[in-house]
Amino acid sequence: MNSFLNTSRPPVFCPGCTHERITKSLDAALIKMGIPDHKTVIVTDIGCSGLFDTFFNVHALHGVHGRALTYAAGLKLADPSLNVIVTMGDGGMGIGGAHVLSACRKNMDLTLIILNNFNFGMTGGQYSATTPSDAVVGSEFLNQAEIPMDICGVVESAGASYVSRISGMDDGLSDELVRAMEHEGFSVVETLGLCTGRYTKRNQLTPKVIDQMIEQRPSPGGVIEKNQRPEYGNRYRQLAKEKGKFSDPFVVKKLFDMPDDRRHEVVILGSAGMRIVTAGDMVCFAGISGGLNVSIKNDYNITVLRGQSVSEILLSPEKIGYTGIESPTVVLALSDEGVARRQKIFATLSPDTYVLKEASVAIPDTPAQVEEIDFKAMKIKKTDWALASLAVLAKHEIVLNKDMLVFALKSRFNEKVFNLSMETVNKIL
Amino acid sequence: MASVFMEGNEAVARGAMAAGCNFFAGYPITPATTIFNNMLKMLPPRDGVCIQGEDEIASMGYCIGASMAGKKVLTATSGPGISLYSEHISFAIGSEIPLVIANVQRLGPSTGSATRGADSDIQFMRWGSTSGAPVIVLAPKDAKDCLELTVHAFNFAEEFRCPVFIASNKEIGMTKESFDMDDLNLPPLVERTPYTGSGPYVPFAADPDKSPPFLPIGGTTLVRQTSSTHGPDGYITIDPQVIAAMQQRLHTKLTAAMDRITLYEETMVPDTDTLVISYGITSRAVTDAATALAAKGRPVSTLSLKTLWPVPEALLVEKAARFKKIVVIEMNLGQYVTEIKRILCGKPVEFYGQMNGTMIPPAKIMETIENE
Repeated sequence: MNSFLNTSRPPVFCPGCTHERITKSLDAALIKMGIPDHKTVIVTDIGCSGLFDTFFNVHALHGVHGRALTYAAGLKLADPSLNVIVTMGDGGMGIGGAHVLSACRKNMDLTLIILNNFNFGMTGGQYSATTPSDAVVGSEFLNQAEIPMDICGVVESAGASYVSRISGMDDGLSDELVRAMEHEGFSVVETLGLCTGRYTKRNQLTPKVIDQMIEQRPSPGGVIEKNQRPEYGNRYRQLAKEKGKFSDPFVVKKLFDMPDDRRHEVVILGSAGMRIVTAGDMVCFAGISGGLNVSIKNDYNITVLRGQSVSEILLSPEKIGYTGIESPTVVLALSDEGVARRQKIFATLSPDTYVLKEASVAIPDTPAQVEEIDFKAMKIKKTDWALASLAVLAKHEIVLNKDMLVFALKSRFNEKVFNLSMETVNKIL
Repeated sequence: MASVFMEGNEAVARGAMAAGCNFFAGYPITPATTIFNNMLKMLPPRDGVCIQGEDEIASMGYCIGASMAGKKVLTATSGPGISLYSEHISFAIGSEIPLVIANVQRLGPSTGSATRGADSDIQFMRWGSTSGAPVIVLAPKDAKDCLELTVHAFNFAEEFRCPVFIASNKEIGMTKESFDMDDLNLPPLVERTPYTGSGPYVPFAADPDKSPPFLPIGGTTLVRQTSSTHGPDGYITIDPQVIAAMQQRLHTKLTAAMDRITLYEETMVPDTDTLVISYGITSRAVTDAATALAAKGRPVSTLSLKTLWPVPEALLVEKAARFKKIVVIEMNLGQYVTEIKRILCGKPVEFYGQMNGTMIPPAKIMETIENE
């Protein structure tokens, strides 16, 4: 290919703008790469650097300010065979800083060209994240109160595996871009350039000054040895391949007849760490095996192993509508924290409601029938109280029976855990 | 009877897999996180890609890139994440990028309550983007709906090339329930129409009431995509006629297909004078309330909307026609009711809404209906 430039869309930059030189160098680099046009995509965002995609006859995606790297990452993960080039100004680099850092950490095979011209050209020369504090820009004095960031320093410390800084007018730019594209990993090339429309009108910035800047802060030189590691996509695909196989949802058939055919509302009041949610699931598995419709809502703190853990379970021969608890038929009071969370329900319980209360737990006055059981005296550990209380229900044939409980335990646990849980169950039954 | 037992969030993930989803990017947020967790289990064994973005904006950006490479993409979040999605929702609307967004709503405003439900974002999903061009929003009422509507959402996203929301709710997403897999009614899968013309590919050339045929970035034909106002060729345009045609098409491609986009359930009881309209988790309490009212000799009819946006105007007008009174119940302080009042102007519309972190109980709905 002689050129990838789009002859129907010639560059439209201000006279003397370095972006035009960079456009030509990028074209020269693409020619040297020798890959077909449809294997390259140029991804851009907003600002003068955001015009780049229109100048080339390759795939193009132009998006929102600062987010170009995110589209590029999606494209590269979806199609690893693509040569993905991102152009971004110092503006896009500033607003999309989180994406730049993330791309450095990931080390995806993308080539980011940051066209640093020290200000926001398109909106009137306001200061950017790279504007020197002593520059005269369109933001009055604001840049004087900040310092510019060192792009190469930041991306190198964030983990970019290829980092270089070069004048946008450097004759070696196309070769530098080729090296960056050929590098398998995240490459960042910072080009320094002149914004003739805005910046150089009020600041003494010339090609020579840019060369001096690079002499003072030399390029990290490309490949960053300490940051070399597998490319993200390759690593991702390797790790993903080791993942287990797709698991279909667990199907439970009706196997048993329920002890009674009525609707039940079961509330388990416990604390985090007491396996309340697991016990709730057991009740549900048992209910489904009895041919019922079930639902369960759990209420626990976002911190782990602290605070209440409450499960609210509905079992019904009818389709379940409202999933809230309205009139509980069973309440398992297993910890003071859990009881405190649903204190108000006790006074409203019906005389038919069965309340199981562990001996150490205090409950408010209630018209319901209360059975007190001292699990501690039975040498059952607190973490097994919820399971033990299900065994009590099975013994009384409330909500479930022994066969249903055993079925539920078998469905949920592996053999070892099943056997351990049966030891607890057998202490009751 | 053989049942599965899962929460709404798992059902969304299973629906996505059934629809052929092969890319997910998201950022953890309660109560939507378990969609991400499930996709992370389900996608890798099926050669799909599932990644965590550095934030919500990035997650949507990854999805946009992957969708433009031809992937079927899903993301999931809650209200605070939808706020951050906004700029990319606008991009996907204007540039016709298919994607499905599961919004497991929680109580707002702002960070609000991570573990308390509400239908907080019903207007936000529709209007939280620039330009006012429409999106599709589907509201499930239970886990089974989550699975079915996610497949519909992918179909709509593919056909109409626009973002499609699943307006779930903490009370559906994080509630586990049983349902019979044999009752599932999944639509046949729809894929985006590939460009097969003989001339040069013009990426946004389309009939005035259709989305444009698609070719992926990375294919042998060069593709242009842009977030800026563009003509059919994908280049920036300032031609008012071209702009007007593109803007209009974003609306017309959906309104012309409302028959197919409109999904709902109804229970029409003869000789009733009241129609109760609801959606999502609340419609289940409405069903309970209607059953209890019928037993008390005060039967009502019910309409449960599954397609919220674009508003199924023709359906609402038709279904409401014979009723003297309309009652709207929703789990916020009045968002969708404004649409219903607008469309059924002149009809008396009673409203009950609740925004306290708990579901509206059937008793409250009965009270509203009986007190009118």
